[in-house]
Amino acid sequence: MTEHKTYDHAALADKFNQDIPRVDWHDKTLWFIREKRDKAVWQLPEWEDLRETASQIKNNVLDNLHDYLLEFEKQAQQNGVTVHWAANAEEHNRIVHSIIAKHGVTDIVKSKSMLTEECHLNEYLHEKGITVVDTDLGERIVQLAGEPPSHIVLPCIHWKKEEIGELFHQHLGTPKGNADPQFLTAAAREHLRQRFLTSRVAITGVNFAVAETGEIVVCTNEGNADLGVQLADVHIACMGIEKIIPQRKHLGVFLRLLARSATGQPTTTYSSHFRKPRPGQTMHIVLVDNGRSERLQQESFRNALKCIRCGACMNTCPVYRRSGGHSYQYAIAGPIGSILAPSLDMKNHADLPFASTLCGSCSNVCPVKINIHEQLYQWRQVLVKEGYVSQAKKAGIYGMAAVLSRPGVYKTAGAVGRWFMKYIPVIVNNKLNPWYKQREMPAVPKQSFNEWYNKNRKQHGKQG
Amino acid sequence: MKVALFVPCYVDQFYPHVAIATLELLEKLGVEVVYPEAQTCCGQPMANSGFEHLTHGCNDNFVRNFSGYDYIVSPSGSCVLHVKDHLHATDENAATNIRGRVYELVEFLTDILNVQNLPATFEHKVGLHQSCHGQRGLGISQMSELVAPPFSKTERLLHMVKGLELIRLNRTDECCGFGGTFCVAEEAVSVKMGIDRVADHVAHDASYITGNDMSCLMHLEGIIRRQKRAVKVVHIAEILNSVK
Repeated sequence: MTEHKTYDHAALADKFNQDIPRVDWHDKTLWFIREKRDKAVWQLPEWEDLRETASQIKNNVLDNLHDYLLEFEKQAQQNGVTVHWAANAEEHNRIVHSIIAKHGVTDIVKSKSMLTEECHLNEYLHEKGITVVDTDLGERIVQLAGEPPSHIVLPCIHWKKEEIGELFHQHLGTPKGNADPQFLTAAAREHLRQRFLTSRVAITGVNFAVAETGEIVVCTNEGNADLGVQLADVHIACMGIEKIIPQRKHLGVFLRLLARSATGQPTTTYSSHFRKPRPGQTMHIVLVDNGRSERLQQESFRNALKCIRCGACMNTCPVYRRSGGHSYQYAIAGPIGSILAPSLDMKNHADLPFASTLCGSCSNVCPVKINIHEQLYQWRQVLVKEGYVSQAKKAGIYGMAAVLSRPGVYKTAGAVGRWFMKYIPVIVNNKLNPWYKQREMPAVPKQSFNEWYNKNRKQHGKQG
Repeated sequence: MKVALFVPCYVDQFYPHVAIATLELLEKLGVEVVYPEAQTCCGQPMANSGFEHLTHGCNDNFVRNFSGYDYIVSPSGSCVLHVKDHLHATDENAATNIRGRVYELVEFLTDILNVQNLPATFEHKVGLHQSCHGQRGLGISQMSELVAPPFSKTERLLHMVKGLELIRLNRTDECCGFGGTFCVAEEAVSVKMGIDRVADHVAHDASYITGNDMSCLMHLEGIIRRQKRAVKVVHIAEILNSVK
């Protein structure tokens, strides 16, 4: 990993909050999706049972991942698919490039895949002279803008339609000032159609890989994965090894959970099953580890691998909604990203487990019941022990622990602290105190409860 | 029944009236309350910052102070949850015992005392801020994310208070942004979350914002006072203990 200092979610969130109307708009937009999700899930009285079932299926997958992967590989090979194994992002990128290079192609299309974001495939291929066009509309928008997605399901949720109009004006030649969503979508469709028609290689992600049949399932609302694959000579599907489900019938659980959690739809518009290449086509599946085996061995963190990438935890997260996806500096933002990122690169992402109030809403919306907020707490313990915490914070906490473990010192410190706050308030009421920047300090009472109790109730209580 | 009163450190220092209200309310309901005087803190500020390994001193002190009672009751869902989930000590048996006996005030009143009516009067429009650790951690009320029947132990008690009008909110259980050290480490987001929470209560005409956790209310109060808003914060113990 490249050596540079830990990212700083708080600083980027502070920057995001310089434009409050935009924060409000971002918050409301994502809350609207949380509300859509609520309406959709309340239509299924069995919702909580579905979550529990999905969680147990995924637990079984994680317990038997080795066997399911081999079963999947065998079935896929029997279907005429070439299966590749990649230990890490570099190997994944190399494999994908070698397939593209073998066919002598320089322009390809790709539907949404968070794994390829995680592996930085686009940048890798760009350096090799290959142009990748992301065909998901939201992803295409951020690609034209030269940005990473800010949300795994809604990649350009941080863009307003007027800004997209301007972006399309610059890149696609649409009339200046036209921000009509229908018009802009039509323009994007026309632009993408040319790419679809000329691209001989199509990359897709994978939502579910069925061990029993060797098929993969790709869920989209735009049909862009299908269009890409049907028109190309070569289909490359890239997936993390945790995407396995044992049997096709389990899709009846996961497809119902995924879209309702993600956008509040009963199911995605397209749930496309790819089992074997059509005559004349070749199909490749790249199975990527990239830290997953290691995470599987970490008892506290392994069940983060159950994630089906619905994004519900982002939509409900009050911090994500008010800090924006880019403040997380990782392909997967929000609560789930904050527990996935540090296991891949602890040093650079040591800020993320602290970008949470531990409110627990994320764990409650999670369709596969990942204990996200508990893992955030556990990650904090790990990061401190590994030394990824500032010296100032460390000193402060050591001081706090020393005072709070000694009742006598605590009483004196409390009394002294309150005396200073009362008579020399500038000690805390200054701009170096982040509390005071936008909040008043609590008013100082004339005595602590302990002092009050001593004066008024001592005779009734237990002698200290 | 002998109950030990667990007063969170910041309540002891800054909100003694909340602890006094809790003590008086419990006594009013016929409970024998003891205040172990050498108590300090549950250790949550350290643990939530990633320094759980530095909480031994605090934990041992907690166990020394709170062993031997029928129940331990505190006017703070967050501190109680921390003790329930993370209290370990040199005397682990004693710690385990305490983890099973510690209650947040509202859940103690409803689950153990089974309070059916209260002699309280509070003639104001009140908004309830559901603190996350009490709600999602201790299960004091149903959570908006789950497809499950609604209930609220806190609201049940508030409905017993004469003259109190409970207002509705747009977002019934969104976090206020306090979050322990989060409130200073992530100052911008923390404050924005607090501002939005206050605005929801104000938009629905609340005169008071109440809750089970003074830490959330301290954060909201800091914002309210800076913005010079008329709405006030009041801990639920103060409402339940109030008389006309």
